[in-house]
Amino acid sequence: MPLMNLRLARPKVIIDINRLSKLSSISAGPNGGLVIGALTRQRAIERSATVKERNPLLAAAMPLIAHFQIRNRGTIGGSLAHADPAAELPAVSVILGAEFVLQSARGERVVRAEDFFVDIMTTAIKPDELLTEIRIPGWRPGLGWAIDEVSRRRGDFAMVGVAALVQIDANESCQEARIALFGVGAKPVRVPRAEGMLRGKAPDQKTLLEIAKSVSDELDPDSDVHASAEYRKEVGGVLTRRALEKALLRAREGKK
Amino acid sequence: MTVNGKSYERLVEARMMLADFLRGELDLTGTHLGCEHGVCGACTILLNGEAVRSCLLLAVQADGAELLTVEGLAQGNELHPLQKAFHERHALQCGFCTPGFLMTAFAFLKETPNPTEAQVREAISGNLCRCTGYLPIVQAILQAASEPGEISSKSVSTPPARRL
Repeated sequence: MPLMNLRLARPKVIIDINRLSKLSSISAGPNGGLVIGALTRQRAIERSATVKERNPLLAAAMPLIAHFQIRNRGTIGGSLAHADPAAELPAVSVILGAEFVLQSARGERVVRAEDFFVDIMTTAIKPDELLTEIRIPGWRPGLGWAIDEVSRRRGDFAMVGVAALVQIDANESCQEARIALFGVGAKPVRVPRAEGMLRGKAPDQKTLLEIAKSVSDELDPDSDVHASAEYRKEVGGVLTRRALEKALLRAREGKK
Repeated sequence: MTVNGKSYERLVEARMMLADFLRGELDLTGTHLGCEHGVCGACTILLNGEAVRSCLLLAVQADGAELLTVEGLAQGNELHPLQKAFHERHALQCGFCTPGFLMTAFAFLKETPNPTEAQVREAISGNLCRCTGYLPIVQAILQAASEPGEISSKSVSTPPARRL
């Protein structure tokens, strides 16, 4: 709607799907996962006890999305299909390994989140397809999570943001790390080098500082009116370090 | 649709925004339009009990809905406690943003009747005011919250407000 108000989009036809009530639901998926209808309001996900219990990262991401007046109307499917580079949900869905159900008159197909985001506001959805359902795999024991962002005001678009998931084993060594930054590229940006630096280690403060440096080097954001590329690189590293500290702490607490 | 307890029926162009409909078709000009892309919050109204941006909705999408606008807050000459508090605390200067702040605060206090100052600040983060510096607005909302009774049932002129 803002794109049309700003005359950046001039669609010939708009189909309002708001009354397709079947697309608005939150239910428990297999193996502790979640199945969320594309038309589910962000506010409903924020308030959902099922989401809070099954996926703390998704629950924590919701209040970061704009302001409550926007979340009252905004939907999970809308945010994902819109694919704004600064949005939280695309990054979160990528590291959660979410799958998206796309339906058309031709049938149904399932696309993984990491294959779904193609470019700025561009996704794998074909013109005759509709995103109908978001499937989120179950939470595993030993997972630690964090999401953080820097914006001008609470609720504004993130200049830089990061979502992180870490999996630790009994020796508190990191088995897997998934990090996705937003606001720093055309789509959610993974940082494979930093993720690799964590694997197999119980990272100390020195390692985390090295990872922060690596992330800053690895990022290649654009400058715009909100922030310069240098600022985004620097803050991206710092935010990643803070997120990893939090995620590792949560993973260790979960172990106890 | 029902606006402030009164039912309206109009045939409008599909492209008409809800805010333009309220102002132009129903002559309810209390709802203000600032940025027209969801950022400034001036056009905030309640749609079926939830605070929404009327600049981000088409009028046709509100077909059959129950709306509450700033005009529905006062009962005759009796101001709503939020309006009274804004008046007493000088929480407005030019007044352009005020309808949006009032409707935001109304929806917020309905859900959070005894807020902390930090909660109030977060709740109004989606509304811009260029005159007051926000402090009197925060104080006014806290003052309205401290008054006895439920905020949503305090002298709102529309009977459906109880169902909000």
